[in-house]
Amino acid sequence: MNDLTELSLQRAIHGLRQGDFSCRELVEAHLDRIQRLDIDLNAYLFIDGEGALKRAEIADRQLAEWRKSRQSEPPPLLGIPIAVKDILCVKGMPCTCGSKILEGFVPPYDATTVEKLLNAGVIILGKTNTDEFAMGSSTENSAYGVTRNPWNRERVPGGSSGGSAAAVAARLALAALGTDTGGSVRQPASFCGVSGIKPTYGRVSRYGLVAYGSSLDVVGAFGRDVQDVAIIFEQIAGADRRDATTVDLPVPPIQLGQNTDLDSLRIGVPKEYFIPGMQPEVEQAIRQAILHLQELGAVVEEISLPHTEYALPVYYLIAPAEASANLARYDGIRYGQRISAETMWDIFYRTRGKKFGAEVKRRIMLGTYALSAGYYDAYYGKAQKVRTLIKQDFERAFQRVDVIAAPVAPTTAFPFGEHTDDPLAMYLEDVFTLPANLAGVPALAFPVGFDREGLPIGLQLMGNYFQEELLFRIAHAYQLTTDWHLRSPMST
Amino acid sequence: MAELDWMVDYEAVIGVEVHAELATRSKMFCSCAVVDATTAQPNIAVCPVCAGMPGVLPVVNQAAVELGVRLALALECEVLPVSIFARKNYFYPDLPKGYQISQYEQPLARNGKLIILTSQGEKAVRIRRVHLEEDTGKLTHVTKDGESYSLIDLNRAGVPLLEIVTEPDLHSAEEVRAYAMALRNILRYCEVNSGDMQKGVMRIEPNVSVRRRGAAQLGTRTEIKNLNSFRALERAVAYEIERQAQLLQEGKEVIQETRGWDEAQGKTVSQRSKEEAHDYRYFPEPDLPPLVIDSDWLEEICRKIPELPVNRWRRLQEQYGLSPYDAEVLTNERIVADYFEAAVSQAPHLAPKTIANWISGEVFGLMNQAGGEFDPHLLPVESLVELLTYLEEGLINQPTAKMILAEMFGSGKRAKTLIKEKGLEQVSDEAQISEWISQVLRENPEQVQTYLNGKEALEQWFFGQVMRLAAGKANPKVVQQALRGQLLKLKEQR
Repeated sequence: MNDLTELSLQRAIHGLRQGDFSCRELVEAHLDRIQRLDIDLNAYLFIDGEGALKRAEIADRQLAEWRKSRQSEPPPLLGIPIAVKDILCVKGMPCTCGSKILEGFVPPYDATTVEKLLNAGVIILGKTNTDEFAMGSSTENSAYGVTRNPWNRERVPGGSSGGSAAAVAARLALAALGTDTGGSVRQPASFCGVSGIKPTYGRVSRYGLVAYGSSLDVVGAFGRDVQDVAIIFEQIAGADRRDATTVDLPVPPIQLGQNTDLDSLRIGVPKEYFIPGMQPEVEQAIRQAILHLQELGAVVEEISLPHTEYALPVYYLIAPAEASANLARYDGIRYGQRISAETMWDIFYRTRGKKFGAEVKRRIMLGTYALSAGYYDAYYGKAQKVRTLIKQDFERAFQRVDVIAAPVAPTTAFPFGEHTDDPLAMYLEDVFTLPANLAGVPALAFPVGFDREGLPIGLQLMGNYFQEELLFRIAHAYQLTTDWHLRSPMST
Repeated sequence: MAELDWMVDYEAVIGVEVHAELATRSKMFCSCAVVDATTAQPNIAVCPVCAGMPGVLPVVNQAAVELGVRLALALECEVLPVSIFARKNYFYPDLPKGYQISQYEQPLARNGKLIILTSQGEKAVRIRRVHLEEDTGKLTHVTKDGESYSLIDLNRAGVPLLEIVTEPDLHSAEEVRAYAMALRNILRYCEVNSGDMQKGVMRIEPNVSVRRRGAAQLGTRTEIKNLNSFRALERAVAYEIERQAQLLQEGKEVIQETRGWDEAQGKTVSQRSKEEAHDYRYFPEPDLPPLVIDSDWLEEICRKIPELPVNRWRRLQEQYGLSPYDAEVLTNERIVADYFEAAVSQAPHLAPKTIANWISGEVFGLMNQAGGEFDPHLLPVESLVELLTYLEEGLINQPTAKMILAEMFGSGKRAKTLIKEKGLEQVSDEAQISEWISQVLRENPEQVQTYLNGKEALEQWFFGQVMRLAAGKANPKVVQQALRGQLLKLKEQR
């Protein structure tokens, strides 16, 4: 193969081991492509070309040695270039979270997920764009410019992990890490025609993930296909003593063979996920995909998740409430940006007033209000109760079905500026993705078609707690028998 | 302040909040060492977690939980099987995360009590709640070259704290002091911390209100801060009670506020009023799962609780016939009570009361001179017992024993060696003593005459002369007896 950036992750691993190409060549191919395309796409906020090449040389030496001796298997992802959302800490690389307030901040520690991947041998090419502190559904809320959708440069890539999704779609990395608080992996995966997992809450460590909504935040991964995603997921999953909310359960090895038989698997299709105002082509593609799963042997039935309509208001109380506390540390005192002033309070006011963007300030105020004395019970307290009902919807559903299939978003990628003046319309982008976060269940998004403008459409499979493997198996069977995931947005 | 007549019409109602540092090796939510905040170099024990860096997460220190539970059990609290950490939100530069991790709706424990001893006798103070939280950093305000700025030291940030809140069961400065001392003793008994108020490991904040005696409603309360000694505590509460009563007497209102104790001026001064009070917007800490304390763990902790001061105080009176005062002096510190009981068990031939007197008198005096803390290494129990045995047996006399004790203290020398070295054995040999007495009587014929003429009080003078002649080594009992015998003989001869 001439263009090494067209390889899938598992083929790249194979090629490196075989010595078909060097790691240096693989990394250079990606860096070249980034240099050519990313001026326009703006998927990356920071590129560590020098560091990546240095690590590539080390990987090449390790691989050469291994090929000679054939002793002790090299790390599973040795030499694989990936991208990391700029909301996960990578030691020595700037971490802005898409915000001016953290401009210049370089964390002295790795996120656990990053550390695990580095131990597995990956090479981090750089940090990808995000809505400021992951608050947004289009990456338009980044303080460092928008990221363009590789399928159509006038469209958003989705958000908040828009940079990671665009990077994987445009072949600027073999895979990427993202985070999903209310759909921030799945929705950009859907908009950019790639695959992405939001694992079960507690399955993957949040240590080093800059917190937005702590009870909802999960680190996820993007790949060209679900097999690539599964490879990354396997590496990052597992309990972490630095994150008390991780669950100590074994991570079963995910073996995706050639079997496409979905042998009487029960798939539930929630009627609440097909709403008026939905883009008809999206509904069509989703129904078609479900039919395809049925043809592979699955048993499909309509189910109900009756509290779905409350997910949006519940989410927009809980996430901002947690955010209002999580973002309190950005006071200009210890790190990041500070605007000097005469008094301590003026430092706080001016730093936070000037350096946070509008959406972040809106959510901080929303959350502060929801937690205020006299309002707590009516807002935050009530939202927690309804969250329990949403959770129970899923628990009940999973007594009847094995997985739930639904659209990721009501529309395909929308044009820049379409929702920027109407926060509520923007929030509606997340209606189908929020429930999985509120319930904490895993969800996997992957492409199942395109609209007439050639924009990708994504389906999500939601599973019971800690059943990521089942989601991967079903999606893999789908991808073995379809080719949506093989389409590439750019011929360059 | 002087006691005023009209004060009897008023009644003080006081509740106390205490923040006790938990003497763990590492901090509450990270692995940073807990260092002495008063001596350590600033920011020497700080990591991304306690500095509130982006993306980091807290992990509960199990040792802190255990100490907290131990104290809660010692306070006879009900320990909740599941308690919840919560975020207390406010901005301040000494609070790195912008929130303090504390406990709010479901604290570690609640509904306990502590027995205190006052001049009115024993009294039970109800404990409302006991909860875990983390400490803040420390700000120092400095002016240099005409510019003023603040320095932040995060060594203390994240140090585990236990907050202990009473019901408003206290009614005088004396009771508040007694409560604070009883709590301090229990903290030390349970090895929760050193109880050192100067070092800030135990911070006491009384909530004081005053009402007309018999009134059904509580008065408006103020909270007093900045109290770093028991004396300051007692003075501040007494001052505040009278200040509030004075206001009420004048028909004025008490303002709900936080007041600081000004040691130099001897008064409380307004710091922050209710209007400026924070809305802390507490909500459950999403980064920490509920804290579960199962019955096995609870039992294990329970087993580690020592006999508590008040129980020991009672037992010492019953078992050894000590007075309430002596028992209190010995049980204020667990280490002293242990020392006393070790001595008693090693020396069944000695009266416990004698041992108690020596410990609370001479030994305390020497410990105080040596720096204050009672340190058994300075005077091993065996050494004290040995010395007191010689005294009991009459080998040495009381003044000699005191002198030897001072020599033994801190030197590791044994009583026997010192007595030998200095030739201090008491002389009980009657022949020798009779000779000394004869010599004294011979050399003081005038005094003998006066004595025989009826001034019997001179007997004491002769005694002193004999002891002087014997260089203090004569057994006073033997001297007394022999002297009386010889004087009697002289009388008879006459």
